[in-house]
Amino acid sequence: MSSIGEGARVTGNRVAAVACEPSIASVSDYVALMKPRVMSLVVFTALVSVMIAPGHIHPMIGFTALLCIAVGAGAAGALNMWYDADIDALMKRTSGRPIPRGRIAPGEAFAFGIVLAAFAVGVLGVLVNWLAAALLAFTIFFYVVVYTAWLKRVTPQNIVIGGAAGSLPPVIGWAAATGGISVEPCLLFLIIFFWTPPHFWALSLVRVDEYARARLPMLPVVAGAEETRRQILRYSVVLVPIGAAPWLLGYAQAVYGITALIAGVLMVMFAWHVRRKRDGELAERAAHHLFAFSILYLFVLFAVLLIDARIVS
Amino acid sequence: MDERPQRIVLSEEQKRSRRARSIAIALALGVLVLLFYVVTLVKGPAVLNRPL
Repeated sequence: MSSIGEGARVTGNRVAAVACEPSIASVSDYVALMKPRVMSLVVFTALVSVMIAPGHIHPMIGFTALLCIAVGAGAAGALNMWYDADIDALMKRTSGRPIPRGRIAPGEAFAFGIVLAAFAVGVLGVLVNWLAAALLAFTIFFYVVVYTAWLKRVTPQNIVIGGAAGSLPPVIGWAAATGGISVEPCLLFLIIFFWTPPHFWALSLVRVDEYARARLPMLPVVAGAEETRRQILRYSVVLVPIGAAPWLLGYAQAVYGITALIAGVLMVMFAWHVRRKRDGELAERAAHHLFAFSILYLFVLFAVLLIDARIVS
Repeated sequence: MDERPQRIVLSEEQKRSRRARSIAIALALGVLVLLFYVVTLVKGPAVLNRPL
């Protein structure tokens, strides 16, 4: 048994216990457990989907849907941190999370996640509609069980397949606004799905030692940095037409299409830099630049899609 | 022989964090009640109609 963080203890592969004392967890520890930065991207993509969906949704119903999606994402984050507490403790990027630091006991995090998930799905179903609630429940299940508990530790394709969970919020938002699913939210799903691998692999190129220490089969650990750079470039190239697809298929105006094409070409250029710069600080910087730009890429695409639908059209 | 159960005595930090958590839970429940109230007003009679 070894000590980690401030108070948690790990036995074998699991965080076994936090010192058996009444909790000192603050509200901010529970907020951190919900992965607020991931949640913000989830809420933003769902918000755009709700706003561009046809028909009228009452602002209060739209707000309720987004609140439930945010809480559902937070629940998935908490359950992810509960399950991954052992590997989180081994990586610098995640060792400061509430469970490895001993601020929150694993059981508390599990209960918190389950309660939040139940409330988010139940409230979304009762106050908005049950299709959106079912999609939210499936998203939480996919992220926690399929990605976190299964794929993450067994295959380098973990974030490719697991990326489906992060791609679903626009579909949930669309279902909340319209009561159904159509081509447009599926295109938004595909954009995030193909955006996820270059985004995460850029990060994993820089953190390869940490992933190796935690025995996570991330692509750079299993197939090497060279293959990862090749895959990043491939996905970035595929992302260009997929990013522009809402315009190419007539669901968005030219302002979106041109923005998507320019942003897509820039993404490929950053991926190309990652491919070319293989060694030392330059390689690390190129990966950092791609990671940072990929966040901007997704934000710009969805923001322009919103402007296109609400102002230009 | 003293058979009184041992009681946990909370430290000041534990008391403070418990109070903060209790307030957060109370606020969350308040928001939930308000949410149901407002959505019921917004939906009107349609609140009973919940097709899949």
